[in-house]
This record gives sequence, C-alpha cells and structure tokens, in this order.
Amino acid sequence: MNSSTSPWRHPRKWAPYLFVSPFFILFGAFGLFPLVFSIYLSFHSWDPAAGLLAMEWVGFENYLYALQSDDWLRASLYNTFWMALVSGLPQHLVAMPLAYFLHSSFGRWRNAVVGTYFLPFITSSVAISLVFSTLFSRDFGIVNALLASLKNAPLVGALMPASNIDWAQPQYTKWMISFVVFWRYVGWNVVLYLSAIQTIPKDVLEAAVMDGASSWQKFVHVVLPLLKPMAFFAVTLTIIGNLQLFEEPFILTNGTGGIDQAGKTAAMHMYSVAFTDGDFGTASAIAWLLFMLIAAATWLNNRLLGQRD
Amino acid sequence: MPHQLRPLLAIAVLALGLAAHAEKVTITVSSFPDLDRGAKAAIAGFKKLYPDVEVKLSSMAYPDHHTAMTTALATGANLPDVMGIDMGFIGKFVESGGLEDLSKAPYNAATQVSRIAKFAVPAATSSKGALAALPVDIGPGALFYRTDLLQKAGVTEAEMTKSWESFIASGIKVKASTGAYMLANATDIKDIYIRAGLKDGEGIYFDSKGKSLVTSERFERAFDLTRQARQAGIDAKVNSWTSEWSEGFRQNKIAAQMMGAWLSGHLKNWIVPETTGKWRSAQLPAGAFASYGGSFYAVPAKAANKKAAWDFVQYLTLNRDQQLTAFRNMDAFPSLIEAQGDTFIDQPIDFLAGQKARQLWKVAAERIPAVVVDRYDSVATEIVGAELDKVLEQGKDIKQALADAKSGIERRVRRK
Repeated sequence: MNSSTSPWRHPRKWAPYLFVSPFFILFGAFGLFPLVFSIYLSFHSWDPAAGLLAMEWVGFENYLYALQSDDWLRASLYNTFWMALVSGLPQHLVAMPLAYFLHSSFGRWRNAVVGTYFLPFITSSVAISLVFSTLFSRDFGIVNALLASLKNAPLVGALMPASNIDWAQPQYTKWMISFVVFWRYVGWNVVLYLSAIQTIPKDVLEAAVMDGASSWQKFVHVVLPLLKPMAFFAVTLTIIGNLQLFEEPFILTNGTGGIDQAGKTAAMHMYSVAFTDGDFGTASAIAWLLFMLIAAATWLNNRLLGQRD
Repeated sequence: MPHQLRPLLAIAVLALGLAAHAEKVTITVSSFPDLDRGAKAAIAGFKKLYPDVEVKLSSMAYPDHHTAMTTALATGANLPDVMGIDMGFIGKFVESGGLEDLSKAPYNAATQVSRIAKFAVPAATSSKGALAALPVDIGPGALFYRTDLLQKAGVTEAEMTKSWESFIASGIKVKASTGAYMLANATDIKDIYIRAGLKDGEGIYFDSKGKSLVTSERFERAFDLTRQARQAGIDAKVNSWTSEWSEGFRQNKIAAQMMGAWLSGHLKNWIVPETTGKWRSAQLPAGAFASYGGSFYAVPAKAANKKAAWDFVQYLTLNRDQQLTAFRNMDAFPSLIEAQGDTFIDQPIDFLAGQKARQLWKVAAERIPAVVVDRYDSVATEIVGAELDKVLEQGKDIKQALADAKSGIERRVRRK
C-alpha cells in the first residue's frame, strides 16, 4: 500500500467519525436499541422471569387486548388527559402574565425571584412528591390544617369542608396530583416566557405606550401575539411531559393509583402491567399506543400554534 | 535490572498471586432490608465452616430488589449466586423456571423439607413440582392488643377472639368507652378471612387449575364482615406503615392490630416504645391461622457458583444455630422446626408484659395451612383490593364487586 494514502498517515479522514462516534454508540445502545426492541417485544408475549427464550410471537394480540379489553388502560388514559389539562392549562395561563410582570416590574431582584420559581423544576420529583404526600396527610398534614384554620375566616369560611379532606378519596386525588405537577412546572414556563419577552424589541413596547396603551393592553395586544412561537414550544413540551406523567402520581398514591384508580396514569398502568402482571409484551404495546397518542396531540398543537411560513 | 526482565517479573508475581487465590470462591448474595440483617449475621458463622468462600452481600430497597431480580432473570446477566425473595413475589419467581430445582441432585433438598415449617414449603414449590427456593423465616399471624384500653371497655380477650361477630361487637364497646378504634383498617379482616379455613393444598385466589375463586362464599363473607366493621365505625381507615398509622398507635387511637408476630419488634423499637407492658398477643379471632409474609432464598439456574451458593443457602435455612441467631437478634421466626423448640421461646417478652408469646406463635406456626401460591397472586390481590375499596367507599354491591373482580382477573391473566 502506498504509505502516503494510508489512513494512519491522514488522520483527518476518519477523525470526524471518531469524534462523533461516542454519541452514536451510546445512543445506539441505550436509545435506539431499546426503542426497536420494544416494538419487537410488543408483538410477543413475554414473562421476563422466564428468560429470553420464553418469548412467544402473538402478532397484534397485545394491541387488540389493550384497545378492546383493558378497562384500566381506558381509565388511566382518561386520568392522564384530565390531569394533563388541569395541570397544563394553569401552568401556561399563570406563567405568561407572571413572566411579563417579572420582566416589567422587578429590577435588581428579578433573577432571584425567577430562580425561586425555577427551584421546584430542578428538585427531584420524587423528593417533592414524598414531601407533598406528607403535606396532604389527612390527619396530620399542613394543607388540611390550613383549610381548618380558614374555616373561621369571614367569607371563605363558609366554603370550607366540615371535616378534614381525605385527599386519597377518588374525587380529590386528581386535584392533589395536578396541583403538585402545576407547582413543579410553572417556574420552568416562567423562565421560557421570560426569555421570549426579553427578545421583544423595546421600541415596539415604547410605541404601544406612546399610542396610549395601558399595561394590560400592552400585555394582551403586543406581548401575547409575540409570545406565540415560544408558547408553541412550551406547550409541546407540556403535552409530551404531562402525557407521560409517572413520578408524581406514583408516589402520591403509594404506587397503587389510588381508590378506584383515580390517580393512575397511562405510564403507571404500563409499569404495573410490566412488573405486577409480568406481561412485558402488553406493556410494550401500551407504550407504543401512548406514543401514537402523544404524536397525535403534538400534531394538533402544531396545527393550532405552529408557525405558518 | 535489564529492561525486558521487569515486566516479566511482574507477570510472574501476578501469576503466583492468582494461583494462591485460585481456591477462593466469591459468592454474591442479593437481599433487601430487613432480611439482609440475617444474611449479614450469618457470614461470620459461615466462614468458620467454609473458610474458602467469600460472601459479598448486596442489598436494595424491597421493590427495587425484586424489580432488579426480575430483570436479572430476564437477561441472565448480573444474577447473584444467592437470591433473597419475599413472600409477595415468591409465586412469580418460582414459576419462572429461572431458579434451580433444589429437590434434584446435587442439592437433594426434598429429604430436608420435613425439617421446615410445613406451610412454608408449598409457596416455594412451582406448579410443576420443582422446589425452587427454601424458606428462611416465617410470619405467624397474631393479634396484638392494648390491655389497658380493653380493660377500660370491659372487654376480655376471650370475648374479642371468640368469633368475628364478637370481635366487631367488642370493637363497638371499645370505641364507645375509650374512643379508640379496634382496627387500623377494616380490610385487615378481609386479608385474614380469605386465608382462614383453607386446607393444605388449596390456593387463596386460584384453584389448582388456575380458575379464579373470588366469587366463592369465602370471599363474600370476607367482604361482608369488612363492610360490617367499616359501617360500625370501628376502624381508623389508615393504611399500614403510613404516618397516620403509627400516630394512631402513639395517640392511643388504635387498640389492636393483626399482623405477623414480628410486629412486636416494630412496636417496641420505633412505633410506641413508651407503651411497654401495655400490649399482649393473642391468636387471631375465630380460630383463624394465617401467615403474614415470610422470606425465601433461592439459587438462580444461571448462577456462577452454584455449589458454594447452595452451601450458604443451606446454612441460612437449615442450620439450627444460624436460625436461632436470626431469631434472637431480629425476632425472625425460624422456618426450621427444631429451632422453634429452643428455650428462647419460653422467655417472657417485656413489651408484652412478660407474656411468653413465642409459645403462642409456635402453636400458630404449626396450624397455618399449607396454602399453594399462584404466579398471578399479585394481580388478584390488586384487583380484589380495588373492588373492596369500591364496596367500602362507594357502596357497591358485594356480589357485583366480586363478579367484576373475577372478570377483571380473567382478563388480565389471559392464561394460554
């Protein structure tokens, strides 16, 4: 071989591939392979404790079972959408005006305040859920203690329940979980919207003030439309995240999903099918059904909020 | 020293070192708290008998451990040599076929099985008759109650335990005079009743052909008694191991608790140490005998050091001294019958006002029926529990709830 064309003499030829390869190797092993394997698995019936050779081809049976006969899947999908909506809408409806307020009214303290709002997002969701499950304890929780003390307040007192709320009851479980999820992510959305507001050119806002716009009118007619691209991004993330909700409901209901499966989300159901029922094939089928739902929701979001070029 | 000689010398020293260690075998034992305390205590004694074996103990939280073991069995990788398994998961693991059949050669444990508490062995036996694990401790069910609260209500132990109806009636009296609940949760009654009256060889949720039994009279009566207790207002509606549950004991709001005999250790150590002397243990009401938990040790079929692993499992489960050590230190009730006969059981227990309660528990252990487990027991437990919640919280009709439980179980089980 002519030594001057040997690759060892011209490292530039393979160097780029070498530098890029760590990502692709890791992605291939931990990202791509499990993805493809789970598609493969969803067409089989497999009890993992029996070993790799115990897989049996069943075709679409897992998908048909999940769609037709699994009533807990239907209940969990309803719960997931309910909680996604009830925790997702306030996340954005509160974050947008809050970001604007922080942008316009806070000077030196803005970063500290934004940091405080952002803190729940970077804290472990398991730790948050454990603390909140203590706060929501029926007999010893602070939330119930607060509500009890409010009973003596002039107006609100009449609305307060007569005895301690049992948050584990099905009619309250979803509200409790949605509140915790909302509390966790509202700061993240504030940061996103704040960064979007900071890109709005100052002269646009000044022009609005010169035209006699009040602070509220400025917000609704100038800032909001310009936030649309960021809203599209943030809402997409919320859809994807909320439809995969797992840690908060899992810990707040002690892994059971609550009375009457009120707090069971689709991801929790998939987990229990895999590890309690020992049915990895159906769990993979549920995972891919969930993927199709999230893809559909994201497509819908794109139609509503996406950029028209 | 010449340049080439140094690496050669290093290799030679290494080889000698390896040769010296060639006889030593290291086995990995995978367990979970508190079972791992028994394994840790066993290592010293085991080393005396088998000096060439190193024991490495790894421990994970209860649910994580069983998930990790499921994954390890699924792929055959990262399997420990000795696997600790709890009663809640034993059915699944034993049926999987991934554990060594200890009744076959070279283990031949079938000859030793008569030395173990009778009722614990079927749990470790698969439907094909393979003995996939050995019991290491058992949890004979007992009723712990507060003598001072019962005395104030004028209820005697005999009256309380005569029948379930008298138990509920006593509960009403206790509530009226002391304000304390008789039960932490009415569902405890369901858990015991569905296990009571079973004969050796019967299953709780499934019969030998895998058909679900949840619409039988046993379950109907269990649901009915539970509902009666809830409607009488004698249960605190708290789940075990929650902060409300332990606070209930501390605030003298819960007068009795039915659970494994090991609960006395928990009550004494951290739940209500200040109430020493105010508790007593009785047999479960209405002549029921049930087991609460219990642990097992198994050797995976693909383990690397099966011989040494089997030696350790034998030491943990069939060695009288080790079973007694675990009994004395951790109150882990021995599954080995000869360890149950030790004078340790005649010692009075301070926490129970000097009662020689271990004698009581030994009697219970002898009378617990040898119930058969099914790999889908955890599914059935989940579904039956969910339906009972609907009966108690939403007033659902019992027959309807059990019919729904049956169809729910059949759907999720989908036997081939």
